[in-house]
Amino acid sequence: MNLGVKSGSMPSSSSHGSTQQFPAGLRVLVVDDDPTCLMILEKMLRTCHYEATKCNRAEIALSLLRENRNGFDIVLSDVHMPDMDGFKLLEYIGLEMDLPVIMMSADDSKNVVMKGVTHGACDYLIKPVRLEALKNIWQHVVRKRKHVWKDIEQSGSVEDGKLQQQLPDDADYLSSANEGSWRNSKRKKDEEEDAEDRDDDTSSLKKPRVVWSVELHQQFVAAANQLGIDKAVPKKILELMNVPGLTRENVASHLQKYRLYLRRLSGQHQNALNGSFMGNPEATYGSISSFNDLELQAYAASGQLPAQNLAALQAAAFGRSSTKSVVSPLDQRNLFSFETPKLRFGEGQQQHMSNSKQVNFLHGIPTNMEPKQLANFHQAANSFGINMQVGSHGSQGNSLMMQMAQPQSRSQIQNDINGSYVSRLPSSIGQPVVSNGTSRVLTRPVYNQVSQTSPVAGFSAQHTTDLSRNSFPLRGNSGISSLASKVIPREETSMQIKGPQGGSNYDVFTAQQQQQQHKSQDWNLQNSGLAFDTSQQANMRGNLDVSQSTLVQQTFLSRDAIEQSRNSSVLPSVLLQQGFSSSGHSSSSSFGKGIFSGVEEIGHRNVPNIGQQLNAYFTDTSPRVKAEMLEGSFYNNILPDQYDQEDLMSALLKHQQEGIVTVENDFDFDGYPLDNLPV
Amino acid sequence: MDRNQMQLKIACLRKSFFDEGFLDEQFIQLEDLQDDVNPNFVEEIVGSFYGDSVRLLRNLELSLEKRPFDFCKLENYMHLFKSSSSSIGAIKVKRECTRFQDYCKAGNAEGCISSYQQVKQEHAILRRKLETYFKLARQAA
Repeated sequence: MNLGVKSGSMPSSSSHGSTQQFPAGLRVLVVDDDPTCLMILEKMLRTCHYEATKCNRAEIALSLLRENRNGFDIVLSDVHMPDMDGFKLLEYIGLEMDLPVIMMSADDSKNVVMKGVTHGACDYLIKPVRLEALKNIWQHVVRKRKHVWKDIEQSGSVEDGKLQQQLPDDADYLSSANEGSWRNSKRKKDEEEDAEDRDDDTSSLKKPRVVWSVELHQQFVAAANQLGIDKAVPKKILELMNVPGLTRENVASHLQKYRLYLRRLSGQHQNALNGSFMGNPEATYGSISSFNDLELQAYAASGQLPAQNLAALQAAAFGRSSTKSVVSPLDQRNLFSFETPKLRFGEGQQQHMSNSKQVNFLHGIPTNMEPKQLANFHQAANSFGINMQVGSHGSQGNSLMMQMAQPQSRSQIQNDINGSYVSRLPSSIGQPVVSNGTSRVLTRPVYNQVSQTSPVAGFSAQHTTDLSRNSFPLRGNSGISSLASKVIPREETSMQIKGPQGGSNYDVFTAQQQQQQHKSQDWNLQNSGLAFDTSQQANMRGNLDVSQSTLVQQTFLSRDAIEQSRNSSVLPSVLLQQGFSSSGHSSSSSFGKGIFSGVEEIGHRNVPNIGQQLNAYFTDTSPRVKAEMLEGSFYNNILPDQYDQEDLMSALLKHQQEGIVTVENDFDFDGYPLDNLPV
Repeated sequence: MDRNQMQLKIACLRKSFFDEGFLDEQFIQLEDLQDDVNPNFVEEIVGSFYGDSVRLLRNLELSLEKRPFDFCKLENYMHLFKSSSSSIGAIKVKRECTRFQDYCKAGNAEGCISSYQQVKQEHAILRRKLETYFKLARQAA
């Protein structure tokens, strides 16, 4: 059994074979279960000066391809193979790696050849394959690359990772190609393209890169479902979506990935998706769970999946007993990141969630919200990178929170919390801080907390508000309600508290994972911020009605966190904890405890004495992140009147209606993570 | 037999393969592939084919013992065998394979059995011939 035996008559140092004259050095993976054919093909390829790798099993071929994302230029595969149908392999390769695939078979019947065409094979060779036929397979590589270049140039193709890496090499690679042949293939390609493509081809305008935002993806999914996923063709989807600036190629590549995702979803190929998928080694298209989550969330958001189904799917995907919650807030993170680590994150969180029920997205979105709403919130939260996790106590938390929130004066609570927080701030990294996205909240010096600049380790001016942009309506008051978000303690989480700059204001508690890079996003709570007026502290205290022992924790995933996790496979854990002192008096100590516990590293945290406390923490989100982040209904219940609810509420309500909050500027989801999905 | 005569004999034998329709151009392709890197390439390939074909034929026989015939399965097995045979240019064998497949498609059990026997026979004949051929070639070399 040959397992990917590499053979090449010419030593090629570079994997691209660029040291040789194109097409020499073309890296071919040949898959055939017949050892005789395999030997012959290998020999023939070598005679053509290609670098041939033999493989007699489709699964092995796939893993080879996945391991060496850019290790091959073209794949030759037999149609009839025992372990996997050649066409299936063709699909996988096309979706995941987007390599040209040539099918081979002794069967020359029309329907089989047609099947090859419909499955996207570049070519179909009838066995026995002749040397002459193999000599020209390089044309498919050129054709594909050219097509991809065009795609990238024009519309910000999603195949960025891989292609971008390849492009520089390809440029050389192709430049040395036979001019005539290349031109021929180019001409041929042009002829093959339809008018639409031709237009794109001729256009030399660089269109902005397409970012598959949640909204866009939802539109896509809606269009695809409308057409029927089997019949959905990029052109029709594009028409249905009616998004200006979107090209058929964008849709096509996105559709490919989407299809793969669906396939995975149905096949539950959880194990199959290891390794890198699309191009970007960091992006993990990989874990199906994350993928599932992502899509599930998208689905939920778009209302296509009932929340229960979503949860069920998720649960199934995660192999857990079904969570009743709609989507783990954690998973939402996955919405924008396909990385496996994210998945882990999600899973980890799920573990915490255990019996999690409700997922509170935005600062403890009230459980009285319908799942769908929650899903929407999810979406919104996602867009804000807010990741809320529901702790095991979570579901209770909602209602509790609601109860709690109301009687209390936010500011007081906040103040107290902050105060305690401050005092307690450990030098170690704490937990994510919920950032109150409300500008108002942020800026209003609601908190007059001890400022911890450097002393509080972990405070760093740098800490961007990874945490939620959610603007906690902590405007100083009982953002506790908002605070009463549920947080799932995550072991990995490390909370960092952003030190308020000078003064005694705590701006933001940003929880980040230690590994996270800090982006200079403006989550800086530092200056803006949830500053709680000390004056209000008293109020807060008074109102703190901590009878609750609900531990509400929220995990907010700031955009940074998302991005970081997306890129670095670090799962940010944002925890926001709110704590209410049980006594209702905001003794700093008790408060602090709560907060402190929130601040503590999740790893070892057990909310001391807090039991189920609501810890309040606020992150100051940049003014940009406004009340948009907050979902209306939640805040309706929670936001005390003291808060300048007007803006907050209206913003929230508005967003709630809109379903998806569009985050301004800061959120730039660079490319839909899906795009980076390997697939 | 001196060398020239030997080589003449080998050449004649080889020619007969083509003239009698045992082998086709694919065999020549294999010969063309033979080079300094793989000086015995053709023999290796043929050896590989015969080694593997035993397995394929075995599958066929086992399937043919079952009643009723699973024509689909039989056809698939034969497809593999046919594909392999064609790769060395064993055209007569290949022809018999196609006939077998036609019987399968027609659901003709008897036809399948008889054509299978043909396949097996042609397969064996060619094997003997090639073995002789290579043996002579080695002697001449």
